[in-house]
Amino acid sequence: MIATVVEMMSHIFIQRAVLVGTLISLCAALLGVSLVLKRYSMIGDGLSHVGFGIMTCATAFGYATPLYIAIPGVTISAIILLKIGNNHRIKSDSAIALISSTALAIGVAVTSVTTGMNTDVCNFMFGSILAMSQADVILSVAVSIIVTILFVIYYRKLFVVTFDENFAKASGLKSDRYTTIIAVLTALIIVIGMRMMGVMLISSIIIFPALTSMRIFKSFKRVVISSGIVSVVSFLLGIYLSYLYNISTGATIVLVNLVFFILFTIVEKIIHE
Amino acid sequence: MDLIQIKDLCFSYPTKKDTLKHINLNIESGSFTCIVGENGSGKSTLLKCILGLNEDYTGNIIKEKNIGYLPQKSDIQTNFPATIEEVVLSGTISNHPSKIFYTKSDKEEAKQVMEKLNIYNIRKQCFADLSGGQQQRVLIARALCATKDIIILDEPTNGLDPSIAKQIYELLDKIKREENITILMVSHDIERALNYADKVIEIINGEVKFIGKPSEFKMGGAK
Repeated sequence: MIATVVEMMSHIFIQRAVLVGTLISLCAALLGVSLVLKRYSMIGDGLSHVGFGIMTCATAFGYATPLYIAIPGVTISAIILLKIGNNHRIKSDSAIALISSTALAIGVAVTSVTTGMNTDVCNFMFGSILAMSQADVILSVAVSIIVTILFVIYYRKLFVVTFDENFAKASGLKSDRYTTIIAVLTALIIVIGMRMMGVMLISSIIIFPALTSMRIFKSFKRVVISSGIVSVVSFLLGIYLSYLYNISTGATIVLVNLVFFILFTIVEKIIHE
Repeated sequence: MDLIQIKDLCFSYPTKKDTLKHINLNIESGSFTCIVGENGSGKSTLLKCILGLNEDYTGNIIKEKNIGYLPQKSDIQTNFPATIEEVVLSGTISNHPSKIFYTKSDKEEAKQVMEKLNIYNIRKQCFADLSGGQQQRVLIARALCATKDIIILDEPTNGLDPSIAKQIYELLDKIKREENITILMVSHDIERALNYADKVIEIINGEVKFIGKPSEFKMGGAK
C-alpha cells in the first residue's frame, strides 16, 4: 500500500488533487452540519447545477478560466436562493429546484448549440482530478482557508442560529446574515469542489459526513469534528481506491462516504442495544 | 418601573389583516404576567413583536432590558445533536457577541444556572434524549443565561403532562421570587396561569379585552 501511495503521490496532478480535495472535504463537512440541520441539504445540489450552467456557458464562449466567472455567479445565486426561500409564497426546496433546473437547462442548451458534449462538459458533470490547474489550486487553497477561519470565528453564532433562529434574533443576532454567510461559503466550496467531484456528486460531500456523524455523536461540537474527520478520510481513501482500481474519483469518494454511513449506522444500533 | 411599554401597537400579516389592534400595555419589573386568549387571538404575535421577530408593526415598543426567550416547542428542533451544556451556554451569546469563544464568566454563569435548575449533573446528555419537561427546563436555563431581568415564554407547558406543567409553573414562580426576574408568558392553561400570575392580560381577536389581577379576571374577565 505504501509503495502505491508513493507512486501515486509522484504525479503532480494527484498532489494538487490531494491538497485541494482535503481542504474542500474539510470545509464541505463543516458547512454541511449547519446545512443538514437547517434542512438546506439540497442547496449544494442546486448550486452545483448553477455552477454547471455558468461553467459550460463560459467554456462555450471560449473563456479560459471559467472558475473566475462561476464563483461570483454561484455566490449571487446562493443569495437569491435564500431570498426566494424566505418568501413565504415559495418554499425553499421549491426555490432550489426552480433555480437548479433553470441553470442546468441553460447550460445544456448552450452546450448543445456550441461545443456539444465534449470532454470539458463531461468533466464538469462527473469531475476529474486532471482538471485542476495551478491557478485553480491557489484559488482553492485560499478560499478553503478563508472558509475554515470564518467557520471558527462564527462557530458560536452558527450554533445558535442553527439550533433556534428565533432565539438568535431575540438575542440581537442578525440571523439572516449568518444564514447568508453559510450559503455564500457553501457556494464557494461547491464551485471549487465540482471541478474534482463533478456536478452530480459534489452535494454528497456536504451531506454524507454530517448525517454519518449524527448517527453516533450527540453533541454539536463532536458532530462537527467527526464530520471533518470522516470527510477527509473518505476523500483520501476514495482517491487511493480510485487510483488503484481506475474508477472515477468523485464516484469512489461518494461510495466510501456511503460505507462510513453504513458503518456508523451499525455502530449506533449496537450502542442502543 | 416598567420593563416593557407598548403604545398603540398594530400588526398585520400579509394573509391576515389586523392581527393586533391598538395594543397598549406595560410590563412592570418583578411581575409574573400571563397573556391568555384563544388560538389565533394574537398572543404569540404580540410576543414576537416585543422580541423583534415581527418587525413591520406600527406603534411603539420600548424595552428597557435584555430579554431571555423561550419559544414555542414547535419552533425548536427537538432532535438536534447538542448537549444540555451547549444549549444552555448558547444563552450567553448576547453577553459577548464579538468574542470567538465563550469566556470564563459565560461558562461560570451557565454552570450556576444549571445548578439552580438541577440539570448540572446531566449536562453532558443530549438535548434530544430528554423528556419534554426536561427540555423546557433546559430552555428556561438558556433564557436565564441571556438575562437577569425578564424572560418571555411562549406556551412553555404546551404538550406536557399536568404534573410536569405544574413543576414548570413552580419553577417560574421560584425564579420570579428568588431572582426577582420578571416573567411574561403566553398560556393556554388559564386555570394554572391564574394560580401563579399576578397580572393577566386577555386578548380576543387582536385586541386587549382585560388587564388586571387574576382575582378580577375570575370574577368576570372579558367574556
